[in-house]
Amino acid sequence: MKAQGTVFKYGDNVDTDVIIPARYLNSSDPAELATHCMEDIDTEFVKKVHKGDIIVANKNFGCGSSREHAPIAIKASGISCVIAETFARIFYRNAINIGLPIIECPEAAKEIKAGDEVEIDFDSGVITDKTTGKEYQGQPFPEFMQKIIKAEGLINYINEKG
Amino acid sequence: MGMTMTQKILAAHAGLEQVTAGQLIEADLDLVLGNDITSPVAIKEMEKFNTQSVFDKDKIALVPDHFVPNKDIKSAEHCKCVRNFARKNEITNYFEVGEMGIEHALLPEKGLTVPGDVIIGADSHTCTYGAVGAFSTGIGSTDMAAGMATGKAWFKVPSAIRFVLTGKPAEWVSGKDIILHIIGMIGVDGALYKSMEFTGDGIASLSMDDRFTIANMAIEAGAKNGIFPVDEKTKAYLEEHTKRSYKVYEADEDAEYDETYTIDLSQLKPTVAFPHLPENTKTIDQVGDIAIDQVVIGSCTNGRIDDMRIAAKVLKGRHVAQGIRCIIIPATQAVYLQAMEEGLLKIFIEAGAIVSTPTCGPCLGGYMGILAEGERCVSTTNRNFVGRMGHVDSEIYLASPAVAAASAVTGRISCPCQLK
Repeated sequence: MKAQGTVFKYGDNVDTDVIIPARYLNSSDPAELATHCMEDIDTEFVKKVHKGDIIVANKNFGCGSSREHAPIAIKASGISCVIAETFARIFYRNAINIGLPIIECPEAAKEIKAGDEVEIDFDSGVITDKTTGKEYQGQPFPEFMQKIIKAEGLINYINEKG
Repeated sequence: MGMTMTQKILAAHAGLEQVTAGQLIEADLDLVLGNDITSPVAIKEMEKFNTQSVFDKDKIALVPDHFVPNKDIKSAEHCKCVRNFARKNEITNYFEVGEMGIEHALLPEKGLTVPGDVIIGADSHTCTYGAVGAFSTGIGSTDMAAGMATGKAWFKVPSAIRFVLTGKPAEWVSGKDIILHIIGMIGVDGALYKSMEFTGDGIASLSMDDRFTIANMAIEAGAKNGIFPVDEKTKAYLEEHTKRSYKVYEADEDAEYDETYTIDLSQLKPTVAFPHLPENTKTIDQVGDIAIDQVVIGSCTNGRIDDMRIAAKVLKGRHVAQGIRCIIIPATQAVYLQAMEEGLLKIFIEAGAIVSTPTCGPCLGGYMGILAEGERCVSTTNRNFVGRMGHVDSEIYLASPAVAAASAVTGRISCPCQLK
């Protein structure tokens, strides 16, 4: 499995309130949530994002509220993977559970810039910045996590497993 | 090797003699919780399951509290979804408007959380129940769905940071000041993936409501859970609130901690977290002159009876400053009733504050106190992120009920000790 796209870059402690503000949580429809994704820190995001694009951020990405609507909004907006220095723990679980690929890689998180074209190989964990030509080794996805991602979430995976 | 209090509880629920930090385990759950925002997503996920029944109708708690009484049609639909699910599955602990309260104040009050429990909740402040010596942690809606269906959840066993609390807090210093001080010290990811275990003889001087406030905000330091030992105060609280039997776990003497901090509570001052992170703390003497527009006293962090009493003590015989809105929200119907019986509501209303039915409302910018552009609020809630209570250019200052009430009187961030 591979992902490739253009990078949106953010800093430390991107919380789930800015990923999807609570004023929109009266909906749980992924497509509707996606129309407000990141709007409190980046009003351009929804206008510019294309299917396959990648978010790169620094430490503690997804901190705060446990709302699963946050990874749902990111995934529904077309983002193929989030790379960060570290993730907040509830966001980490939620992202895997709904099948949004995420990778911790401090070096890549630090060096990759907004607008760079990046490719991620989920089998090897290798992140390639095609704009700079530099490669980074992130943690590869264990097989079961890749299966959850392919099944589009934990529940489908459990059902498929039987 | 010894285990921490958290590790012992997790080991017992995984049927293991011993666990170590980093180990992946599957644990039996004593309670699975959800609210009106997170449960509809979980219920939708459950519909995908091959088996659609719940593991135990007595071990699921559904508490519509965020946008209730329904703030608009969409939130009414969400609540209807939760209500129908609760009826269909005969969920014992579904709390309708009229008997509900903010989930993390309500569940301990109803005796549903006891020492030694393993509890997951689709709300990040589920860590609150560590105050009674339970392992409790926030998860998302999919984990909630899996928990409701199977009664189990997987965990990575956390390592721990130990906070040794000594001494007794000074007047106007409460649990809120203690946890803000700690978050200011270690940062919003200072305990990422870890347990925060509180120990020390200073705990004896903290009320249960102080402990709920402290455990509640463990997530604001990134922690998986916060936990207190079970002492005489805990036992007295449980005696009053529950008929459930429970098992008390204590950390081993040789338990390993990543770090240990010793905090002399007598040295702490009222503390305020400035925008836009709970770690941006200043003591009250460092705050400076900051004019405000609104005060909120309530939430799962500070909406309990102790909090109402402190606010009333400050507001009694005083008046909210002209042009300031002061919104007071008792966290549960029982707190509301008790505040009424003690005459606290009269004090609030005479002071020019408003009192609302229990709701999370303003804390997450839902309703009941949304901020306009450029407005500032002193709030006893738990997060001061960008846009959390309204406009992206509004500001939230997190503080104790004492500081919030004093600030309502002066219209500026103030300590009760500064009031005439």
